[in-house]
Amino acid sequence: MQGSSSQSQPTPRRWYILVFLAPATLIYTIFAIYPILESLRLSLYVSDASTTRFVGLANYTRLISEPYWADQFWNAFKNNVLLFVMHMLIQNPIALALAALLSIPSLTGAASYRTIFFLPTLLSVVVVGFIWQLILSPLWGVTPDFMKILGLGDYFKPWLGLESSALITVTLISIWQYVGIPLMLFYAALLNVPEETLEAARIDGLNGWWVFWKVKLPLILPTLGLVGILTYIGNFTASFDLIYSIQGGLAGPDFSTDVMGTFLFRSFFGFQSQLGDENMGATVASALLFIILAGVSIYLFGVQRRLQRYDH
Amino acid sequence: MRSFAIKTTLLSVGLCLSGVALAEKTVITIESWRAEDQAIWDEKIIPLFEAAYPEIDVQFKPTTATEYNAALNARLAGGTAGDIITCRPFDNALAMFEAGNLADIKDMPGLDNFSDVAKGAWSTDAGDATFCVPMASVIHGFMYNKDAFAELELSVPDTQEQFYATLDAINEDGSYIPLAMGTKDQWEAATMGYTNIGPAFWEGEKGRLDLISGKARFTDEPFVEVFRQMQKWTPYLGNGYQAQSYTDSQNLFTLGRAAIYPTGSWEITGFLENADFEIGAFAPPKSADGTCYLSDHTDMGMGMNAASGNLEAAMTFLEWTTSADFAGLLTNAAPGFFSLANHELEVDNPLAREFMAMRGRCEPTIRVAHQILSRGEPTLDTQLWTLSANVINGTMTPEDAAAEAQANLDGWYKPE
Repeated sequence: MQGSSSQSQPTPRRWYILVFLAPATLIYTIFAIYPILESLRLSLYVSDASTTRFVGLANYTRLISEPYWADQFWNAFKNNVLLFVMHMLIQNPIALALAALLSIPSLTGAASYRTIFFLPTLLSVVVVGFIWQLILSPLWGVTPDFMKILGLGDYFKPWLGLESSALITVTLISIWQYVGIPLMLFYAALLNVPEETLEAARIDGLNGWWVFWKVKLPLILPTLGLVGILTYIGNFTASFDLIYSIQGGLAGPDFSTDVMGTFLFRSFFGFQSQLGDENMGATVASALLFIILAGVSIYLFGVQRRLQRYDH
Repeated sequence: MRSFAIKTTLLSVGLCLSGVALAEKTVITIESWRAEDQAIWDEKIIPLFEAAYPEIDVQFKPTTATEYNAALNARLAGGTAGDIITCRPFDNALAMFEAGNLADIKDMPGLDNFSDVAKGAWSTDAGDATFCVPMASVIHGFMYNKDAFAELELSVPDTQEQFYATLDAINEDGSYIPLAMGTKDQWEAATMGYTNIGPAFWEGEKGRLDLISGKARFTDEPFVEVFRQMQKWTPYLGNGYQAQSYTDSQNLFTLGRAAIYPTGSWEITGFLENADFEIGAFAPPKSADGTCYLSDHTDMGMGMNAASGNLEAAMTFLEWTTSADFAGLLTNAAPGFFSLANHELEVDNPLAREFMAMRGRCEPTIRVAHQILSRGEPTLDTQLWTLSANVINGTMTPEDAAAEAQANLDGWYKPE
């Protein structure tokens, strides 16, 4: 309605819109769009010490067919998918449960709980990585002693150093740190559920449990979708920091915690005697971009449209 | 490559230009990855050089070790690298020479002071060009807690049997962890483990050169046997060694909780500062026929940026690093980094002297995968880290590890 009425009148030159848009557009173009285009371009070339030549999509073929690259790529991709699934199955349900509890009006001390749950999110990843490495250290950590007191001493394992448990351990550390973000999003969404709807449900005879399942949850589904896609993007990009700070660039043991981020780091910048290859690095980066893009597109076109119908 | 380099180094261009413009003397800068040696260069080495050559001003500008190669290559491509370049051994420096970044210094008179093995680390495969002055090597071996050995009435092991008997004795007593080593960072497993004790099994240089010439393969008995030895180490490592990092191992030893630390001479300075007990050193256990082999690894050299504007001053400096003065200075200022020159040297540090003495009675060799063999993807050197760690962790058999190493070579390497 607003749009059609403004079109019938002579539009004033709203130059100030440009002024407001300029800083964000400029900064975004220089620091995000240009680098993305530049790495897409780099991924189409091969260079050695003296020459650079255009090879088309050969680098991508190499990435998924040459054993050295393909093994690493699929391993990193698999770990990323596992990481995503574990976050969806563990982090988001915990966040939802905590948010549901926090939004109970009669709960005392909700503000303190909220702060406590959110605090780890504010810590630097390096600090979190360092603290947890110490806590879990078989040499200096508190975990072995603590478990001994509880009579569980035999169950202690150097989890970060075992292939079978390293990835899940890193995931749990990441969940510990970041559970606050989905928690806050769910919490805000739950607070927005109109009181009249809840009252009507109660009058119809639903108890607290069913009010949550039948009324609150459907109403916050869009937030659930949003958290899902944020988790997806975060797992492909932010997982690098934590894994690099805890397990190092080789993402040990035996690459069991290697994700796209650490793989990208090793290919672009090199690692120890392995020299970096900026073209293959850019190829990995571009592949990562396409993976994220695919996920986000599925969400935008497949999921979000259906979700929004609930809103009205 | 070039545009990337220009972008990332615009700042340093500015800094360098202003530095050159202000000084009247010829200023030459040194690129290095030894950031921890800044004080040694600034306070001990450079003043001595400048006293002899007052017209040259030398600046030591190191980069963090892990970023050194990437940053240096970017600066070389952008034309902003320093005049003197600290060279990593073998293929890394060779690649820089082949790209035209390092000048050929084969005719420099001072190079006569170095053995062919030392120069080999910074020469072309055919030996027709040398591009870095050999500077220092590090010696592998074992350090031990002398107090712990006295307490348990142990003597320094010499043969394989004695080595394992000593470890068993420490294990039985139970008050010390026999070996301070973990597998979390992986490189210890290969560098302090596999390539440290391996030469005794593959007969040092002979085995290494046979791999290069194709006469030997990683799947041959000696190379597999060293992986088996790695497996034998497992019961002597501390609890949870799988999650024990390099710094954890260092601390275990300097805090006196471990009796033996498989390592190299580069730890000397740090350990003498941190440990409050006496530290001794012994060489890797002897081979079956009683010969002692030692990994005396050519680790550091210095070359000249071919695009430097101060080639003459840079040459003067390099020539000076071949002198006995410099060799003595380096060896004593940075104990554990031993000059590769043939000059007679006095080593003051007793622990460094123990390592130095091993040179006299053992056959020297270098880390097995460094020359030529690490030109594949992944480099064999880095792959040995993961393979050795896997074997110690029990997730891979010695035979499989050896087969994977050989598969790496078969994938790209054709011995002549």
